[in-house]
Amino acid sequence: MTIREPVHQGRLKTPFYPRIEKLDTVNQWHEWKGYSSPDLLYCEETEYFAIRNSTAVFDLSPMTKYRITGPDALDYLNRLVTRDMAKVKPGRVAYAVWCDDQGQVIDDGTIFHLREGEYRLCCQERHFAWLRAASIGFDVTITHETEDVAALAVQGPTSFSVLSNMGLEGLDQLKPFGLAHFDFQGAELMVSRTGYTADLGYELWIEPSKALELWDALFEAGKLHGIRAIGTHALDLARIEAGYLAPYTEFLPVDETIRTGRSRSPLELGLDWLVDFKKPNFNGRRALAEEKRNGSTWRLVKLDIDGNKAAHNSYIFAKEKGNKKQIGFVTSAVWSPICKQNIALGTVRTPHGKPGDTVWVEIYYQREMHWNRAMAKATVVDKPFWFPPRRGAMPPGPY
Amino acid sequence: MKTYDAIVVGAGHNGLTTAAYLAKAGLDVVCVEKNDYIGGATVSRNLYKDWLYSNCSYVCSLLRPEIYRSLELHKHGLQITPFGGSVTFMENGDFYGSYHDPEVAYREMAHFSRHDADAYKSYSADTMRQCRFIRDFLLSTPPDPTSFKPKDLKELARIGGKFMGMGEDRMYETIRFWTMSVAEYLDEYFETDVIKAAFSGSGIIGTALGIHSPGTAYVLLHHYMGDVDGNVGSWGFARGGTGAVADALAGAFQAAGGELRTEAGVDKIVVKNGKVAGVALDNGDEIIANVVVSAMDFKRTFLTCMDKSDLPEKFYRRVENFKIRGSSGKVNIALDGLPTFPALPEGSSLYHSDMHFIDSMERMERAYDDWKDGTWSKDPYIDMTIPTMSDPTMAPPGKHYMSCFVQYCPHKIEGRDWTSEEKEAFGKCVIDQVANYSPDFKDLILHVEIRTPQDIESEIGITEGNIFHGELTMDQLLFNRPIPGYAQYRGPIGGLYMCGSSNHPGGGIMAAPGANAAREILSDLKRPNTVPENFGDD
Amino acid sequence: MTDTYDAIVVGAGHNGLVCSALLAKAGKRVLVLEANSQVGGAAITREFTDGYSVSACAHLLYQLQSEVRKDLKLSTRLASEDMTTIALSEDGNHLRISADSVEGVSDEDAEQYRRFRKRMTRFSDLLRKFFNKRPPRLGTKNIQDFITLGQLGLDMRMLGKEEMQEFLRLIGMNIHDEVTERFESPKLRGAISLDAVLGTHLGPRSPNTIMTYLYRQAGDHGRTGVPAGGMGSVSNELAHAARNAGVTIRTDMPVKRIIIENGRATGVETVSGERFESLMIISNADPKTTVMNLIGAKHVETGFARRISHLRAKGNAAKLHLALDGLPAIDGLSKKDYAERIVIAPDEHYVERAFNPAKYGESSPNPVLEITFPSFRDETLAPAGKHVMSAIVQYAPYDLKGGWNEEAKANFMQAIMSTLAGYMPDIEQRITASELLTPADIESEFHISGGHWHHAELTLDQFLFVRPVNGAAQYSLPIDGVYLCGAGTHPGGGVSGAAGRNAARTILRREKAA
Repeated sequence: MTIREPVHQGRLKTPFYPRIEKLDTVNQWHEWKGYSSPDLLYCEETEYFAIRNSTAVFDLSPMTKYRITGPDALDYLNRLVTRDMAKVKPGRVAYAVWCDDQGQVIDDGTIFHLREGEYRLCCQERHFAWLRAASIGFDVTITHETEDVAALAVQGPTSFSVLSNMGLEGLDQLKPFGLAHFDFQGAELMVSRTGYTADLGYELWIEPSKALELWDALFEAGKLHGIRAIGTHALDLARIEAGYLAPYTEFLPVDETIRTGRSRSPLELGLDWLVDFKKPNFNGRRALAEEKRNGSTWRLVKLDIDGNKAAHNSYIFAKEKGNKKQIGFVTSAVWSPICKQNIALGTVRTPHGKPGDTVWVEIYYQREMHWNRAMAKATVVDKPFWFPPRRGAMPPGPY
Repeated sequence: MKTYDAIVVGAGHNGLTTAAYLAKAGLDVVCVEKNDYIGGATVSRNLYKDWLYSNCSYVCSLLRPEIYRSLELHKHGLQITPFGGSVTFMENGDFYGSYHDPEVAYREMAHFSRHDADAYKSYSADTMRQCRFIRDFLLSTPPDPTSFKPKDLKELARIGGKFMGMGEDRMYETIRFWTMSVAEYLDEYFETDVIKAAFSGSGIIGTALGIHSPGTAYVLLHHYMGDVDGNVGSWGFARGGTGAVADALAGAFQAAGGELRTEAGVDKIVVKNGKVAGVALDNGDEIIANVVVSAMDFKRTFLTCMDKSDLPEKFYRRVENFKIRGSSGKVNIALDGLPTFPALPEGSSLYHSDMHFIDSMERMERAYDDWKDGTWSKDPYIDMTIPTMSDPTMAPPGKHYMSCFVQYCPHKIEGRDWTSEEKEAFGKCVIDQVANYSPDFKDLILHVEIRTPQDIESEIGITEGNIFHGELTMDQLLFNRPIPGYAQYRGPIGGLYMCGSSNHPGGGIMAAPGANAAREILSDLKRPNTVPENFGDD
Repeated sequence: MTDTYDAIVVGAGHNGLVCSALLAKAGKRVLVLEANSQVGGAAITREFTDGYSVSACAHLLYQLQSEVRKDLKLSTRLASEDMTTIALSEDGNHLRISADSVEGVSDEDAEQYRRFRKRMTRFSDLLRKFFNKRPPRLGTKNIQDFITLGQLGLDMRMLGKEEMQEFLRLIGMNIHDEVTERFESPKLRGAISLDAVLGTHLGPRSPNTIMTYLYRQAGDHGRTGVPAGGMGSVSNELAHAARNAGVTIRTDMPVKRIIIENGRATGVETVSGERFESLMIISNADPKTTVMNLIGAKHVETGFARRISHLRAKGNAAKLHLALDGLPAIDGLSKKDYAERIVIAPDEHYVERAFNPAKYGESSPNPVLEITFPSFRDETLAPAGKHVMSAIVQYAPYDLKGGWNEEAKANFMQAIMSTLAGYMPDIEQRITASELLTPADIESEFHISGGHWHHAELTLDQFLFVRPVNGAAQYSLPIDGVYLCGAGTHPGGGVSGAAGRNAARTILRREKAA
């Protein structure tokens, strides 16, 4: 009498899972939006250097995706996000952030202007309820399409060569934040020059039924270019070097915060450049205008820290000694293998944390069971730690 | 005759809590109980062969961890095992299940509505925010808003400060939350009827309100603010049935030197020269003490166990008007084996969960209309659990104990006593509803205990058998509980205190009223405080 | 061609008229645009059949604030005043209830009623003070908000310890418990319950109904009257005051939209395509209509639009108009009693049972009624010797299952008739014409979304600081240049003028500060 199958009880597998599983040597997975996603497949360092030295492939399929279409799609997005979407022409991609009425960040993500009036919003979290509420009064259709699109990030200096090898003609014309459609075995393959690594790289989007064929073609094409599948750990390292934000790390989606003051505004996350006050109305505009007038409470900082001990979860202080209260804390920290720098992202109370400021971080580190404490000097920097010219090179270098 | 420092009337969980803290402070305390067993409604009864029934209260999560810890209840045999999930069976043969794994729970909601699945996170954050707000005040005495005493002003300022700390927008949301109905609250988040129906049950359990009655969103909180090991909103079973809680509290009380007397029903609380002087028992004995603490409900304490002439007239009238309504019944069933629910896949984790059989908001509300008309719901809201799925001690191996909490069930049928036929019909209505979803259920039934509010009243003593010792409406919450001016656990007569669930923060096995009362008594007696502070939560 | 004004008021309801008059008195050049051909919104007198006129929506005056009367120097002439409420009984033993006494009950009930009224009057006076103030915002540094909040606290304290306790207890309570605690007479319980639920989506058992009862008293202390010439006279008088102050009122000018340019209001456009410019647009329309239809949700932020879409504003009160060739016989009523307010609400359970179906989108098979025969004291309303009956009938839920089609209306009409016939056996023979306005009709005739008396349900979660919704409680919407002045704002509906007056004062004060 069971009228339906119960929903799947364990972890879901992405369309690429059969291939990734074969490459896996360490059996270390975590849950990502219900899917199994590898922490690493072989060795974090090797995987990281695939990003920086050859080509790394990361399975993005669990990313949440929505299709936004209809006559009001542009107006709708312009009210939704803080930046001006009218400037994002078909064939272009925009990084965007969206807020609630109080100007607090709900999430960030990328918006692909697929074709005239047709968009894809791609982000970490699920926002169907909010996106639908935002559609009141607009002639727009929002379709959840996470499961309908399989996606791979193909990142690294040889990624252009790999994809060209695969037969994607004209890819050399694709600028950063551009997207193009290709035919792949009768299916539409979308390639965007986007990524989460601040290196030369692309993201590939295809219907799930063609996922394995795409993977195979990609790895075949990349054989001589050092192609390697990677897990989340290596990717996270690269994104910290790039100074990119991670939800739940650098900010919490405001609709999930319980305590007041635990959310952040785009201005507090260093995303002022994404907030276009010339637009007459967008979610959070009034609150953000007021914040701009009165000043923000928090500031996201990139820290270059003395020494070599990563400042995981550290408190940040204004001075080395005699502090009454911490001014903030580190949200992401890592030793950067390519910059040979001890780097971190953190959040501090204004007026602290202006570029060039010196702050102090309290580092706890463990050596052979014993814990030690160190105060390390750190400098606030305003540029990403890693942002090589090859990332934006036109045409990309044929490594 | 022996004189005590304090007499606690009623060995329910709150009475025992107060008694334990008083005894810990070195007082010579006796706790008297009318039944030959302790626990009040916090009880496990052996009424059929080797079965143990949690025949009143059946789940436990509100018990304040501060009390658990400070009375070392684990040393007195208490063990609370969390259980997860719930299922609502639908008339069309489908079901809505809620699972421990958030992703599985998400998929299940998305099966009905992607919108609702995505809305759930803000729903739970918004609800949890209200839980955090109220939880901070559970283990403290409500301030009197009409008083200018520093203590009251300080506590008022603390509540005000916490409220203001939420920020302007969330303050408004809080005001709305406290005043709106659970149906309207859910409407703001969800669109799927069965999901709303499944969530709305917590807004009316134990109350004489319907899901559309303003104020029921708060009641939702009353069921969400519990936690098992910090997992807020999750529920647990006491191993050995709910009586294990009372047994552990009694253990703590006796270990502190307290004396427990069962079959010692109180006839009257004795007042001499405007102060309490002790109690007179049903058997004619008198016990002398300058402090008498009533764990009985507010009405029973003053209308049954005291002389009207001993009480201020206005106070007496307000007691009469205290709202305590029988709205829920209980059906306890011994089963020869585990009933199958064909809608569920074999071995589904949902067999361990709370089960419900009402799949729409309209059916939820219609159940209430029956009660308003003075009869039991013909299509009732049942909160059904099979505790033996988690607890091996309550039935022989392979056998099961099923607990059905049923709403709505009135204290009286159209104003008169229940007849035995009506009681049977009520039980049948419950069994039939479960059997609609489990064809082999009826054949497995070995024994049934049907409890109407009237039965609970006559056996446990709670007026109208109300599980919360008084309605959880706005006019009977916080500083209004039980009535304005008497929310600080002190009765209208010197030496008389109240520690039952009629007092802030109300019913459910929280033990907070008992602890708060003990703190006030010890403060009046100028004794060191033994009652723990709130753990706090930042 | 466009015309420029200091302020444009959309809708000539009584609040819109009060607001416009006060702004004009302060020197503003004000234009009022009304969709219908008559001013007054839901406070009008109109012919419903040849020769018979009636107050088409609101029919009793009991809340018109003395502040409004004073500010606008109103001198409304009443055809009936201080009306007695006659609670009908099928056996002819009716109760006569006035603002502070009751006849036809036991001495004990009469004494309880006196006490009850005394307390309710004291509490409603406390509320009334706040009804004539802008509701404060919480947690801001605004001095005026602080003062208002402080005053609220102080006024509560001034009640004295015991009364303050009672106030805090009662404000969230239901009327059912209060009347059953106090009174033994079912008719008295029923009549008071009716007062508490008129115009709401609540039954006597719903918590919050003490508040709605107090709300009703917060004007003339429960004293009701009927204006000579019907409710339209009040609106005409207000329109007269407005015109005298310099307001331009244009009827038959439905507004299509409020023009938003660069994130602020710059004017309005009418359905006929005319445009009027102003940087201040004040909407007398209900909040949903204003935000969703006139402004457009896309011009506000998502959270706000969502709140407005969640605003509960579905009416339950229908309006019945009967043309009668003579007064219907009512057993036990003397001739002059027909000038009074007559209610059918035999006991509190009856009222509750009338409410039950409304929860499921069904109309009451046994409705409750508030009845007047306005023609009895006012011969302008009906031909000589003939009469008009005006009644509010509950419950008729706006979103009736299957919709308010002819059949549904006929069914409800039949339920009303059989209810009436229980008290007025010859009523059917007396009727020469009739009109039943369901909330759906009220919506279309008076342009009130949901056809709700108060433009938005009057419950504590939509009251004071959160009326109509967070972020719009101080009469201004979160879009520059748009204000609200209708019943959907604080304090709520009823012909009181409070919302319109508060809106005008808030706007003027804000301008002064800027």
